[in-house]
Amino acid sequence: MNTLTVEALTFRDRGPYSLCIAGGECLGLVGASGAGKSLLLRAIADLDPHGGRLLLDEMACDQVPAPVWRRQVALLPAESGWWHDRVDEHFQDFASLDPDALARLGFTTDVGGWQVSRLSTGEKQRLAVLRMLENKPRVLLLDEPTASLDAANVTAVEKMLLDYGREKPAAMLWVSHDPDQLARVADDIRMMNADGSLTGKEVA
Amino acid sequence: MGVKPLSGFDLALAGLLVLALGLCSWRLRLGLERRLAISAVRTTVQLLLIGQVLRVLFAHASFPFVFAISMIMLLVAGREVMARQHRRIKGFSGWLLGTGSMFISSFAVAFYALAVVIANDPWYTPQYAIPLLGMLLGNTMNGISLSMDRLTEAFWQQRQIIEQRLLLGQTSMEAIEELRQQAMRSGMIPIINSMAVVGLVSLPGMMTGQILGGSSPMDAVKYQILIMFLICAGTGFGVMTAITLTCRKLFDERQRLRLDVLQKQK
Repeated sequence: MNTLTVEALTFRDRGPYSLCIAGGECLGLVGASGAGKSLLLRAIADLDPHGGRLLLDEMACDQVPAPVWRRQVALLPAESGWWHDRVDEHFQDFASLDPDALARLGFTTDVGGWQVSRLSTGEKQRLAVLRMLENKPRVLLLDEPTASLDAANVTAVEKMLLDYGREKPAAMLWVSHDPDQLARVADDIRMMNADGSLTGKEVA
Repeated sequence: MGVKPLSGFDLALAGLLVLALGLCSWRLRLGLERRLAISAVRTTVQLLLIGQVLRVLFAHASFPFVFAISMIMLLVAGREVMARQHRRIKGFSGWLLGTGSMFISSFAVAFYALAVVIANDPWYTPQYAIPLLGMLLGNTMNGISLSMDRLTEAFWQQRQIIEQRLLLGQTSMEAIEELRQQAMRSGMIPIINSMAVVGLVSLPGMMTGQILGGSSPMDAVKYQILIMFLICAGTGFGVMTAITLTCRKLFDERQRLRLDVLQKQK
């Protein structure tokens, strides 16, 4: 259930990539910056043109409207975007968020009324996680989800994402520069080389 | 009562003012002398040429001739819209988009005014058709180029936010709703503002010309009201068409933001 299958995915001059991540599993992805990790996530979220096939269980990407695919196959970008003035305007229904979930990431329900312009990078990153999970996605594509967080918040975000992935269960593809983090969260790790090729890497 | 004719000497006297301005520009090192000279010469040559064309046109009011002249006007306006874009849509489709929007709005509004409102016989009487279309095209051209420039620039600067909204499952039209509205507004606000101050601050050129030509002020005013309404509608519908089409063009069939269709101009 909730298995993401990537078959011979190609984009720009890269690929083909083939992967299979079952619901509840987390595949870690490391590699030098510029190797194309973010591009791979963008192609899987159908944000960039690509060849090959993407499947979520039996559902093919090109058989559903793009917004439907992206709500279920959620990409958390390294830098989140905010366009309204207040935090709660970026959520479908901020009032119905679980206060415990807010508290786990160090917020109270007051955060809904905060001005986006006064959020720190770390606060934005944590709020972006909550915003993404509000869609109840079946696949999580995570691009450095804890890059600008302090140690305590790194632990909190890791735990929240892993708990969500196991309970839903959601397939997870987790990009990180930190091998220790991937050793903590991932069931399996792939290495993306400078030429874009993927090689297996044993969990340390 | 006709207008008092101007001689070449009269125009040369007015030209002295521009010459004086050029001298000042040279003394102040504004570097505008060359452009000033070229523009002044262009004004003279272009208007003398169109004067000859109109003289022939008015003498032979045939529909193909009127249509050919209006097509040339449209093509020049279309070229101008493209030239004013900082980032424009590549290739023929970009040109077609701006020109097509102007064609749809200006020509439809001009036809409505000529055939239904003024109702001359024949409806394409060039003394009415050409100036009316010229005024419509000039204004829609400004509105469309301003709003398209604003839109593509906003897309370029806010691409991260547009993509973030797509990632959260918004449709492409939801993700750019505010940008689309702002661009449409920016194209329509100049004409709305000028309708608000016309007569108080500005006396429009056409009305001035008609009064100089001997029309009664009330006749001139009524034509001016007609023109303002036509320009407003033409600009508004033209801007809406151009922005709607541009927004579509900037996404592909999978609702991906495709800024690679834009190219930057120097």
